[in-house]
Amino acid sequence: MAFGKDHELHTRRFGRNLGLGLALLGFVAVMFGLTIAKVERGAPVQQGFDHVLRPEMLPEETK
Amino acid sequence: MTDATSNLTGPQTGEAGFGDYVALLKPRVMTLVVFTAFVGLMVAPGSHHPMVVFASILFIALGGGASGALNMWWDADIDAIMRRTRGRPVPSGAVRGDEALSLGVALSGISVIMLGLAANWVAAGLLAFTIFFYAVIYTMWLKRWTPQNIVIGGAAGAFPPMIGWAAATGGISVESVLMFALIFMWTPPHFWALALFMKSDYADAGVPMLTVTHGRPATRRHILIYTALLAPLAIGTAFSSIGGPVYLAVAVVMNVRFLIGAWAISRRDDAAAEADSYKVEKTFFRFSLYYLFAHFGALMIDAGLARFGWGLW
Repeated sequence: MAFGKDHELHTRRFGRNLGLGLALLGFVAVMFGLTIAKVERGAPVQQGFDHVLRPEMLPEETK
Repeated sequence: MTDATSNLTGPQTGEAGFGDYVALLKPRVMTLVVFTAFVGLMVAPGSHHPMVVFASILFIALGGGASGALNMWWDADIDAIMRRTRGRPVPSGAVRGDEALSLGVALSGISVIMLGLAANWVAAGLLAFTIFFYAVIYTMWLKRWTPQNIVIGGAAGAFPPMIGWAAATGGISVESVLMFALIFMWTPPHFWALALFMKSDYADAGVPMLTVTHGRPATRRHILIYTALLAPLAIGTAFSSIGGPVYLAVAVVMNVRFLIGAWAISRRDDAAAEADSYKVEKTFFRFSLYYLFAHFGALMIDAGLARFGWGLW
């Protein structure tokens, strides 16, 4: 059985859904990229006290 | 078959394609926003993570687009009258007014919050103010009230480089104010040239453009005055920390040409303009676009040279 040609309205609706889907995917990708960038750059300030001595967190000695 | 839409024929209102929603965001205006915001961000001191730069520009552009959608929602009545704007998604019936409003409000919120998270809250605050300024101060208030609409409303288009700078530095400085001032002073001659060759469009829609309230000869004089005020500001920026030899050369050449164009417009009357189909005005308008891109492009080049240690000052 041959399928009939889609109505123009359905083509338009499909295009809109596809566009929205791609926009959402793009948003997820941006969020992921931003998270990686923030974690990479923010690493030193994210260390907190956890009952273990870590020399890199001590204030630098003044000579 | 149960699909109620299957018997519909012809173009449907309320069933807009994705492109109609993109058109609501004024993509051509967005290119200017993206470019100037990008320059503002790149000429700012310090190093910037490429992903943060990309996300910041994306959300600044989205905020600009949101204000465009709000503008189209509010102005649908006058857009339907003017030839230049009657094909826009709302007056043409492709998108409903309330959809444009919803999209504008949603994108405004998303863009401001995301810029705050991606960059900082100073930049996000400036973006929120820009959207408010364009949608409320300019579109709802100034545009239909005063012939100074373009002068004061031009601030909305001038904010993007300042937002870009704030995204990079977390603050405002003389340099970002200079970039703001450059676009702010450039906007009136740019739009008044357009108003001159758009003839009766604004009058038909009841928009009090300078051409309508003060007449076309006064508009021609105003173009010259604003271009003369713009020139020293544009050239003077060369001697700030974001300027450099490339910018200075570009600014001198472009401003001399811009002044010559403004002078030619001020010396003409409408009979002469009609005779050559507003050739001088159209050339001036087109050149004004190159003018702005050249200035901001030169700022980028000088910033690049300075980063490699080749900046002269």
